Amino acid sequence: MRKLKELVIERALLISSLITIAVTIGIILVLSIEAINFFSEVSIIDFFTDTEWTPLFTDKHFGILALLSGTLLTSFIAIAFAVPVGLSISIYLSEYAPKSFRRTIKPLLELLAAVPTVVYGFFALMVVTPFLQSIFPEISSFNSLSAGIVMGIMIIPYISSLSEDALHAVPDSLREAAYGMGSTKLQNAFKVMVPAASSGIVVSIILAISRAIGETMIVAIAAGQQPRFTFDPTVPVETITAYIVQVSLGDVQHGSLEYKTIFAAGITLFIFTFLLNTLSYRIRKKFQEKYE
Amino acid sequence: MIKKKKKQDSIIDSSLKRKYKLQAKNVKVWYGDFLAIKGVSMDIKPNKITAFIGPSGCGKSTFLRLFNRMNDYVDSFRMEGEINIDGDNIYDKDINVELLRKQVGMVFQKPNPFPKSIYENVAYGLKIQGIKDKKFLQERVEESLKQVGLWNEVEDDLNKSALALSGGQQQRLCIARTLAVEPSIILMDEPTSALDPISTAKIEDLIYQLKEKYTIVIVTHNMQQASRISDSTAFFYMGDLIEYDKTNKLFTNPEKEQTENYITGRFG
Amino acid sequence: MNNIRKNRIKDQAFKYWGIACTLLGLVLLAIFIGNILIDGIMRIDWDFIVNLPSRKAERSGIYTALMGSIWVLLLTTLIALPVGIAAAIYLEEYNKKNKLSTILEVNISNLAGVPSVIYGLLGLEVFVRIMEMGSSVLAGSFTLALLILPIVIVSTREALKAVPKSVRDASFAMGASKWQTVYHQLLPASFGGILTGVILALSRAVGETAPLIVIGALAYVPFAPSSAMDEFSVLPIQIFNWITRPQHGFVENAAAAIIILLLITFVMNGIAVYFRNKWQKKFK
Repeated sequence: MRKLKELVIERALLISSLITIAVTIGIILVLSIEAINFFSEVSIIDFFTDTEWTPLFTDKHFGILALLSGTLLTSFIAIAFAVPVGLSISIYLSEYAPKSFRRTIKPLLELLAAVPTVVYGFFALMVVTPFLQSIFPEISSFNSLSAGIVMGIMIIPYISSLSEDALHAVPDSLREAAYGMGSTKLQNAFKVMVPAASSGIVVSIILAISRAIGETMIVAIAAGQQPRFTFDPTVPVETITAYIVQVSLGDVQHGSLEYKTIFAAGITLFIFTFLLNTLSYRIRKKFQEKYE
Repeated sequence: MIKKKKKQDSIIDSSLKRKYKLQAKNVKVWYGDFLAIKGVSMDIKPNKITAFIGPSGCGKSTFLRLFNRMNDYVDSFRMEGEINIDGDNIYDKDINVELLRKQVGMVFQKPNPFPKSIYENVAYGLKIQGIKDKKFLQERVEESLKQVGLWNEVEDDLNKSALALSGGQQQRLCIARTLAVEPSIILMDEPTSALDPISTAKIEDLIYQLKEKYTIVIVTHNMQQASRISDSTAFFYMGDLIEYDKTNKLFTNPEKEQTENYITGRFG
Repeated sequence: MNNIRKNRIKDQAFKYWGIACTLLGLVLLAIFIGNILIDGIMRIDWDFIVNLPSRKAERSGIYTALMGSIWVLLLTTLIALPVGIAAAIYLEEYNKKNKLSTILEVNISNLAGVPSVIYGLLGLEVFVRIMEMGSSVLAGSFTLALLILPIVIVSTREALKAVPKSVRDASFAMGASKWQTVYHQLLPASFGGILTGVILALSRAVGETAPLIVIGALAYVPFAPSSAMDEFSVLPIQIFNWITRPQHGFVENAAAAIIILLLITFVMNGIAVYFRNKWQKKFK
């Protein structure tokens, strides 16, 4: 009886963990089936070479590059902002800051990642864009610069926290050795600690990029809904994620070509983030082995 | 007794106190490719204290943990040979490991009370057997705590966290927890190595008293302790049983040179 | 000597740069919250909480969205909690190191990085259409439950991992079975840690917008949901809707609703941090 009970419980627990695999299979199936339907109507070559994306107009174009450029542009701005700031924070906190300061500031910084993204969108549109416009009047009300910067603020803790953990994991003996040689904190940080923690830092940056690429509400609110193949940060653009939201807000018939476009866009997004996540997982595994 | 088919002659029935013999037959243990026990056979006498001594890494703890199958949780663990308790090979397929462990209690190196109240700690073994009778539980808890001499110290604090006790008290609590399910055999893996001398003395007294009712096997790195409390002593070295004899004999007149070197402090 | 002085100056300069960076994010957050408070605090009153949405900004309230959020939060918890904790127990306590465990581990780490809008597409196809739930509270809850599942699993595993091995040893040595050990010892001992993770996961769920928009949750719902199969809105969608309206009155509404949403998020985070601190002391 008891053996049976144990067995039933173990099976139930196993099934629960297998649900996570079902979710992945579900995502891949849903995205690819609808995407295959899409590509039976739209040439895959056009999809990757056309620079216009106008599925909702009468003159339909399906060039994902127009959405991809918006995604990459906003992500690039976010990363360009968050990496130097986030890394400086992590080095400061792990090498300079008093312990008590570190303990109070870390949860506060993590609060930045806890703020709902729709709230950040409001911030970008209502505060940052008007501020940018007061300096550069030619910036339009929807632009990738403002969305990118705010997204950068949001992902600061992703970089600072994970990098700080990586720096923290470097054995103290290495730190002591560097100080023993008479190096300053700065020299120690950049010549010894950062190289030693490099894989962890790289992982944090990759995860931040992946987060930026998948971010939806900030760009949907502040970057605009005009797909265009451009790298000009002052004009309205549209990201893959924002397009999916835009279509979802409208009244799109299931089975229509418009309906399928969001899955084609979705699978492009999924592949990008999947590659980044896998890469970061690989590096992290390798990194763990190094110190164990 | 431990086998499933004999399950009905209950675990709680203390009238059934038989003399339990432990026996190892040509036991080999591997961790992965590493041969940790290199073919050991020995008989352990009932209602006596048997001590395992030897330098760290000699396999004495591994060997001890064979008797309640605690090595089963080590991923790379593999064994050959037989461990018999009263004639039953405890590594047989039809052995119920949970019942075995009720028969063969264990006390660990570091006191490891559950992060629960003192009462819950002692009652745990009975509760997981499905015993719900509050009065019976209460009695067993009191009895067990009295056996280890902890009752007077904690009588009014039974609902306080066990983690608040001192190290020595925690270890006595762990012994009480083991006694509560009325095992016949108690395995002790360096039970005093984390304790101060006064607590150690208390535990040693306790172990000495317990031998009337229980068969006790104790691993220790402390040779004085082995000579103070044990009836027989086994000396292990690099996975081999080098010498096994009456404690008196082994410490005063060892047969093997390795034993003599070890007990006179020339290595280990 | 000169060189050493230069190095020391650089060292000091970096220190101040580091402090500036650390404070930058927080200062921006403070400016932003200040801004929102100025815009929205005057708008919050009892009517704002209990009024139904309306075409007139000054008569609109967040009642339906707030109720929608609460419904979704409760159902999401009911779905994600048992599955997530069970999966974590399996991975941490039952699973031997083998091929399956590696696959599960890689898979969960990948799921945690899938953009939320993709979960929306999954929910749209599977729950809304194939399982015919429509754009209901239930479909939304299932979608968010899948979204937070990896977070619940990872944090539960961390909490279980923090229970010392000696507790497992002691329990097994007392003759407890695996499940008895999990149920009587490990779950109570890791309760605080699990709770922390779950609350953080839920605070993430309460702020999610995109996946719910994708499964068809509405910006305008005339009534609060009365069953799991009803249509619904949630606070973030209501906020999004107000932000995108040109009339100024709605900006105030958005700011006011943001204050409520931030309050919920921060309180949940605060509770989580409180439990974490309290629980971490237990084993030290």
